[in-house]
Amino acid sequence: MPNSAYFMSDAVEAVRRHTLAVIVDNEPGVLARIAGMFSARGYNIDSLTVSETEHEAHLSRLTIVTSGPERIIEQIKSQLERLVPVHRVVDLTVTGDALERELALIKVVGTGDARVEALRLASAFGARTLDATLTSFVFEMTGTTEDVERFIKLMGDVGRVEVCRTGIVAVRRGPEPM
Amino acid sequence: MTKQMTGAEMVIQALIDQGVSTIFGYPGGAVLPIYDAMFQQSTVKHVLVRHEQGAVHAAEGYARSSGKVGVVLVTSGPGATNAVTGLTDALMDSIPIVCITGQVPTHLIGSDAFQECDTVGITRSCTKHNYLVKSIDDLPRIMHEAFYIASSGRPGPVVVDIPKDIQFKAGLYDPPKTNRHKTYQPQIKGDIEKVKAAVALMASAKKPVFYTGGGVINSGPRASELLRELVQLTGFPITSTLMGLGAYPASGPNWLGMLGMHGTYEANLAMHDCDVMINIGARFDDRITGRLDAFSPGSKKIHVDIDASSINKNVKTAVGIVGDCASVLEDMLLVWRQMAPQLDKPALKSWWGEIEGWRAKKSLSYRRSEKTIKPQYAVERLYELTKNRNTFITTEVGQHQMWAAQHYHFEEPNRWMTSGGLGTMGYGLPAAIGVQLAHPDALVIDIAGEASILMNMQEMSTAAQYRLPVKIFILNNEYMGMVRQWQELLHGGRYSESYSEALPDFVKLAEAYHGKGIRCSDPADLDRAIQEMIDYPGPVIFDCIVDKKENCFPMIPSGKAHNEMILGDSDEDIGTVIDAKGRELV
Repeated sequence: MPNSAYFMSDAVEAVRRHTLAVIVDNEPGVLARIAGMFSARGYNIDSLTVSETEHEAHLSRLTIVTSGPERIIEQIKSQLERLVPVHRVVDLTVTGDALERELALIKVVGTGDARVEALRLASAFGARTLDATLTSFVFEMTGTTEDVERFIKLMGDVGRVEVCRTGIVAVRRGPEPM
Repeated sequence: MTKQMTGAEMVIQALIDQGVSTIFGYPGGAVLPIYDAMFQQSTVKHVLVRHEQGAVHAAEGYARSSGKVGVVLVTSGPGATNAVTGLTDALMDSIPIVCITGQVPTHLIGSDAFQECDTVGITRSCTKHNYLVKSIDDLPRIMHEAFYIASSGRPGPVVVDIPKDIQFKAGLYDPPKTNRHKTYQPQIKGDIEKVKAAVALMASAKKPVFYTGGGVINSGPRASELLRELVQLTGFPITSTLMGLGAYPASGPNWLGMLGMHGTYEANLAMHDCDVMINIGARFDDRITGRLDAFSPGSKKIHVDIDASSINKNVKTAVGIVGDCASVLEDMLLVWRQMAPQLDKPALKSWWGEIEGWRAKKSLSYRRSEKTIKPQYAVERLYELTKNRNTFITTEVGQHQMWAAQHYHFEEPNRWMTSGGLGTMGYGLPAAIGVQLAHPDALVIDIAGEASILMNMQEMSTAAQYRLPVKIFILNNEYMGMVRQWQELLHGGRYSESYSEALPDFVKLAEAYHGKGIRCSDPADLDRAIQEMIDYPGPVIFDCIVDKKENCFPMIPSGKAHNEMILGDSDEDIGTVIDAKGRELV
């Protein structure tokens, strides 16, 4: 049983992270509609990615990572489903283990040992070098959120000056499409 | 039939093709082409309001009393922003509205042009859906979609924002084709397995109660008929939210009265003590549940709602059925008859015995007076003198609204128009105007407070222009009564800004608006005065001077459970009933 709407304390309920795939009509304002629903109802968005995935049908796929107690996650899904431009909502966390990847671009500035160490770490993590000057690198790192986090943290010690991340994209394992 | 026409003509043609005969609006620069197209036809009648908020409330009254979609036409900028309160009201109460707003020409959008505002941005969170029409080719489809979305599933307001250049542009008009939307397809029929589970739970109940809401009204008259049939078949007691009054007749033997914050003792106690709760088309709103962790602790809940997001939102249910009330009720009746369940008759008899005990408290009683008119008495007399007529009631928001809900008794659906979810003062008069237009021969009464009525008083001018004989029955206690009551209960009787200073002379005000004014302060004269109001063939403002300090009881104080409600003749010091936590609530 939930507590009073007023004295509700979510602390007692276990908070879980869920990754939702949402197929929407790619029409003006659709992102504002979804982001507005999250903020108006006080839900969290941990990460959000969006891009048109089917050009002929003008369909976009959003990957939303959100967190909350189970009943809030259920609410978020039904609130998303009742938005008019939303075609489908699939909870990738519930449907089984999904592949999740994130891409980050990291700019590192330095000379001497730090510069050598940065390159060595990038190679150890499988990051690509997209740009290099005598005093800087731009690395591309793709991986799970945890891998990306770890890489970014390490780069902090070798001259990291700028980071840009895409947020998570996710797809279910196995032969079935969503 | 596909035809070449301008955008403005398409708007009018789409209204005609959607069966619209009356719209409410106010002209302005960005909608002039549409007003010009309207001028050149006679199928769609335009009602000129005096403020755009009034237009939306009038359309709501029209929609709620007729079951049709209410249509609004306003200009850009202030026209659209003035409509926002009405749109939010319609969203909260699930009323089908299509609101067409003018917009500055496409090439000026984003330039902070005169009377420009981001209408789709502003109304995104107060509509079910909204559109900015960017191409003439999209206009016919969007117009028809707007009607479909407004009226299907859980109804709500839809805004169509049309830039002025699109209104001038010529294009091909397509009449409405199919009622199928590519993504929006609300579920009408409930899952039959869940219906069976619900019926099995109902059949095993020892202390059942029906708790019904506005969803039954929205589903159409058939839903109310089916509900009555199911209540009769099961013999279970039934209560309703403010929004659902009239779905089951107040004179019906199983009726417990309204539930919730100002509901009857028997309704709220039945909710608290029941073992099976059957929620049909209500949404466990905070005015109904009171303190959630003490809400009906021992019951299994069945919830029928067309909006899946309503199920398990506030209260966990045992059986949640997504579907339209009429369709699900029909299936419930079918399954019940097939099952022919053996009810636990002795248990049900003892449950009714308990209910009779609560009824005996007579929680709606009040201390009568021969000197002053008690507001409850005024509503009682109004009911007695109008019940045998074709009467529709609207209200404003506050004490008078609750007294109307408690003491006016509704036998039919669609007879009661009140702002439930949003609680919009100023709703009643424009809503009454909308009702009167949908039902020209009916007696339409706005039960009002002297504070609320002033919020949209200007609509008296609309009533006068269209010869609409609406009756405004003001329970005048010279206070924003509900604010005053809460200040008495929660803030030590410090009546901060709740006294209605410098009120107008309502009799003279009525006359200034070409209507009739009647004032009454003597209980002995009340019946005669009400009769005079009913008999007058034009709009009337009835200034009913009532007891200034009367409170609205019974009441579940904020933060309390159903079984902790306070009654009017309570010996408790009502100033101490609500604790510190409750004081923070609304």
